[in-house]
Amino acid sequence: MEVSVENLTKSYGFQKAVDNISFKVNTGEIVGFLGPNGAGKTTTMKIITCFMAPNMGDVKVGGISVQANPEAVKRHIGYLPETNPLYKEMPVIDYLQFVAEIQHVPKSRIRDRIFEMVNVCGLKHEKYKKIGELSKGYQQRVGLAQALIHDPEVLILDEPTSGLDPNQIVEIRELIKKIGREKTVILSSHILAEVEATCDRILIISKGQLVADGTASTLRKQAQDKEIVKVTIEDGNNEEIYRSLQALETVELVDLLPHHTQAFEVQSRMSMNSRRAIFKLCVEKGWSLTEMTPVERKLEEVFRDLTITN
Amino acid sequence: MNKTWIIAKRELRSFFDSLMAYVIIILFLGFSGFFTWLFGSDIFMVGQASLQSFFGISFWTLFFFIPAITMGLLADELKSGTIELLITKPVSDWQIIAGKFLAAFLLICITLLLTLPYYVTVANIGKIDHSAVLMGYLGLLFMSASYLSIGLFTSSITNNQIIAFLAALFIGIFFQLIFGLVSSSSGGWFANLLGNLSMATHYESMARGVIDSKDIIYFLSIIFAGLLGTELVMSKRRGSN
Repeated sequence: MEVSVENLTKSYGFQKAVDNISFKVNTGEIVGFLGPNGAGKTTTMKIITCFMAPNMGDVKVGGISVQANPEAVKRHIGYLPETNPLYKEMPVIDYLQFVAEIQHVPKSRIRDRIFEMVNVCGLKHEKYKKIGELSKGYQQRVGLAQALIHDPEVLILDEPTSGLDPNQIVEIRELIKKIGREKTVILSSHILAEVEATCDRILIISKGQLVADGTASTLRKQAQDKEIVKVTIEDGNNEEIYRSLQALETVELVDLLPHHTQAFEVQSRMSMNSRRAIFKLCVEKGWSLTEMTPVERKLEEVFRDLTITN
Repeated sequence: MNKTWIIAKRELRSFFDSLMAYVIIILFLGFSGFFTWLFGSDIFMVGQASLQSFFGISFWTLFFFIPAITMGLLADELKSGTIELLITKPVSDWQIIAGKFLAAFLLICITLLLTLPYYVTVANIGKIDHSAVLMGYLGLLFMSASYLSIGLFTSSITNNQIIAFLAALFIGIFFQLIFGLVSSSSGGWFANLLGNLSMATHYESMARGVIDSKDIIYFLSIIFAGLLGTELVMSKRRGSN
């Protein structure tokens, strides 16, 4: 079931939290929603889940508008809010029963679904405890279980791994990946490595606007038109090497890396390639080229460029 | 299964899980029992086989207890944020409101059901007017529903339970006391209007065993107004939250 967000705008008073955002998420796609705090991620998710109404624009889930028919939309969505609010005084199993009933799970299947969710989310030993007595990580699992209990077509997860320990994070990521093969998943996160590891596509949002949309590798390429290679050249005089490299036609900038005696970072001119030239230079001068690796820009840098300059 | 009922069931359970229900029931039975059987113009003083004194004291006990029942219904969900999960489930605002109202109303029904031994006892002592008793209970239910509706409304406007409680008492005291007092100390059409707005006017006529469509319309209007106000607050919050 696809989710399409069309020209979505939402303001709080004079401040625009979401400013004319449009994007589409297809079935079987896991999309990561990235952005600094207050960029509008949570607001967008709250509108998709029908918790809030937009000022302008619309969201369609499987072709159904959230404004025209919110109840039909809500049946297909599983939602884990950022703050993970739960009825603390209820036992886990009673809470899941309540959610299953309200989500139209057929009565004959409720027991099986609860059993499955308890297993999948690792709540076997906690199922009779009151939710308020559980640790934050286990509460997060309950939040996830309630979002998944009706086997929704669309899953909206606002920071699903917050509060979990590293082992649990890996488990939950695997679970999301498994679900994402058939369903539509939108998740937000602050952790870039997590988004890169779980998501097929990344949306970066800043100050209410969409600033990037693509896979992790295309985003990196987009932000990196200039090739950078790290080279280590031995058997030569550092100063001479530096000057010779800088003299190459294709090279824009050479940096002597600190803490390395003979390592340089060579940045080529716009859409040019200096690797051959460097190799030839070394052969000519009789230097030993012991390392030449392309430097990939980290997603963190891409993220910072996009969200700070904007 | 009907979603209003699913919500009501959960809410009713949480009344009992949080011991709130037991406290309300015990206090209500204690107060009403004390004044009905032991103190003041109790049944033995009156010397008649009627439950008038019980209805009289319940009128006030329920007035104070109902805001305590309703104060958390929405305010607590607003504070803890659980309202977000409830609203994003496939239920309408009306189903949420009706479910919560129904749960509180059922708690009142359970409480009043536990006073049936009073009726049985009095019926054994002397000749009791059965229809008057029935009407009295009906009046209590209508009155309770009216205050529940007001309490649900005040619970929707704030995330602070104490404010919800006090606001419900504040609105309630006009219907309970002030309209009646002002009405009796002045005259003319205005006094007449206020007299008609007073809860006591309608409740007492029912407690005496008289049923009038005017009374029913009065109670239903207050109930409807309270629930409508709640719905308006909820939909407003969604638009401009």
